[in-house]
Amino acid sequence: MGFSMANCYICYEKMRKPITWTSLFLRQPKSRICSNCEAKFAWISGETCAICSRELDESFRREQLCLDCLRWENNPEWAGYLTKNVSLFHYNDFLKELIAKYKYRGDYALAEVLAPFMKECLQQLEYDLITVIPLSKDRLQERGFNQAQALLDILQINSTELLTRIHTEKQSKKSRQERINLPQIFRVTSRTAIQGKSVVIVDDIYTTGSTVRHAAKALKLAGAEKIETMTIAR
Amino acid sequence: MNPISHSPLSIPQQAYSTELQHHLFGRQLLAAEIPFSLDVLETHIEQGYVAKTFGIELDHCIRCGNQDKQLFYTFPCAICRQLCTYCRSCIMMGRVSECTPLYTWTGPAYDFHVPKSVMNWSGTLSEGQQTASDRVKQVILHQEELLVWAVCGAGKTEVLFAGIEAGLLAGKRICIATPRTDVVLELAPRLKKAFPFIEVAALYGGSDDRHKLAPLTVATIHQLFRFKEAFDAMIIDEVDAFPYSMDPSLHYAVQKAKKQTAATIYLTATPSRQMKKQYRSGKLQAVTIPARYHRQPIPVPEMKWCGNWAKQFQQKKIPRPVQAWVNERLQSKTPILLFFPSIAVMETARPLFQNLPAVYAEHPSRKERVQALRDGELQGLLTTTILERGVTIERLEVAVIGAEHEVFTESALVQIAGRVGRSFAYPTGSITFFHYGKSKAMVEAIRHITSMNEEARKRGLLDG
Ligand SMILES: [Zn+2]
Ligand SMILES: [Zn+2]
Ligand SMILES: [Zn+2]
Ligand SMILES: [Zn+2]
Repeated sequence: MGFSMANCYICYEKMRKPITWTSLFLRQPKSRICSNCEAKFAWISGETCAICSRELDESFRREQLCLDCLRWENNPEWAGYLTKNVSLFHYNDFLKELIAKYKYRGDYALAEVLAPFMKECLQQLEYDLITVIPLSKDRLQERGFNQAQALLDILQINSTELLTRIHTEKQSKKSRQERINLPQIFRVTSRTAIQGKSVVIVDDIYTTGSTVRHAAKALKLAGAEKIETMTIAR
Repeated sequence: MNPISHSPLSIPQQAYSTELQHHLFGRQLLAAEIPFSLDVLETHIEQGYVAKTFGIELDHCIRCGNQDKQLFYTFPCAICRQLCTYCRSCIMMGRVSECTPLYTWTGPAYDFHVPKSVMNWSGTLSEGQQTASDRVKQVILHQEELLVWAVCGAGKTEVLFAGIEAGLLAGKRICIATPRTDVVLELAPRLKKAFPFIEVAALYGGSDDRHKLAPLTVATIHQLFRFKEAFDAMIIDEVDAFPYSMDPSLHYAVQKAKKQTAATIYLTATPSRQMKKQYRSGKLQAVTIPARYHRQPIPVPEMKWCGNWAKQFQQKKIPRPVQAWVNERLQSKTPILLFFPSIAVMETARPLFQNLPAVYAEHPSRKERVQALRDGELQGLLTTTILERGVTIERLEVAVIGAEHEVFTESALVQIAGRVGRSFAYPTGSITFFHYGKSKAMVEAIRHITSMNEEARKRGLLDG
């Protein structure tokens, strides 16, 4: 059998992968990355927070929740909106660099690297509608694509635009307290569409959880039944 | 932008923004790299002061010259609302796609106002340097092409000064480009000192001079992607150094950044085979500096058979001749560098060499370890070819282990040998190629060094 020659989408090195009968017949999706690069992804594993899927360590948990989630859930403003977040990988230096290149440099091709990792996980979630965290118009015009939407598009998953941004100010400049108290930053595009529905929201990273919780709250207050989120990294 | 005056009484003002000219002259930039609004850019385009090109044309990237199909990608673009192709080769400088405009200045040339005196340098040149310096000056003034083939330690930077001075005074814009950031960092202060009356811009990834417009620029070749037809003289230092020798897009960068009529000077101790061929066939003019500044011959490497080194390292043994070489130098407190063909071999061997740490390309402690060796705090270091250039340590002696390995090309071996005997006080020292069967590159490296020494002797450039 021969070899297929392609360059790794991450390190650009030539990959030599044997073409076997099974890979020909099963039409497995071609991996875009070499085994060296694949090994740098750090899967989240072990015991994780029941809400946000953070790996639990003794100093930062109460029972099945991490202290961050506990704080959100103890706040009547925020309790109960986000049912669960699933994240795949630790946001290590490698992934930080990769996502920055994808999102800020605008290297859309990396969606083909990231999306396949999400496939299985998305298949396990039950939902009526799937959507992404939107970008502001200006941001979208500047970057040329929405990084979360591109992941779903690569997987050919039909998504619905359920949210738009009202507020475009930079999140990162605000303290946690300010973010928690921030007025709504998302508007629901169609109340009718979401009544009683289970919705999955996809984003690239879960850092403080503030973005996805804002989105979850908006959808839930507008009539959605259950909100789960999924991100590549956290 | 300066407003166009409508009053018939006032003197007509410039119809273009001098700030924009300052920012864009000789450049080719993305809108995101220009601190002016699109409106300002469009007005200047209408009036012919600025030109706009789209980033991808005929399957190649206008900014970096990439033509490799694998390094393009097509995506549904929200900017042009079409399937849009972009270049992955230069993506780290911001995406260039089919709908991305690149802007260049097409208005009046910028006047650098170079003073009547530009240089403040009073060093003396060796005989070999002087010959080369005269040629460099002629080539810069007459916009020709020249290879300066100078042995390691010849003092090639000083050879440029007279030519740079003459060029600046003749109103030429000059660039010294190199593949390596280290070299930019080392050259910039020396140039600033030698040319204190003009601006010198030092450009590398993350440098503060990013927007500086100067008559003399020292830059990594990567930074040249942001220039277009800017320079009247392009001097390429260490022209053979990785990654310039490997990456065709860096050739494109050089071609794009200089004017078509520009003088081009290649500076190296180890010209590529192709360059040597062009020189021998008369297509490329060259000047050699076969002797070091201190007028002593370059130490000639010695070859020593050491058996199957790979196997011995695997069995946790140091090949006996290597062990003897190292011991002798540890006893005499001579600083040493041991070159290994790969990180893998170096890692297998490392536990066997106690008290000799290793240096790695990306490792933060690389600089400190080299400094510790220089200061005598360390006896020696293990390294791969990353230290083949730029390291100068007094009394240093060098061993190449597995010298027949393919990473040790003729030029790598010549560069490695060039680390030894560089100072006036200690112009000699030993270089040993430990091998398990000689390679052609080893033989050629030794021939290279001996022939340079012979030429130096013939030209009377050596003492004794
Ligand atoms: Zn790779
Ligand atoms: Zn949690
Ligand atoms: Zn490019
Ligand atoms: Zn486009």
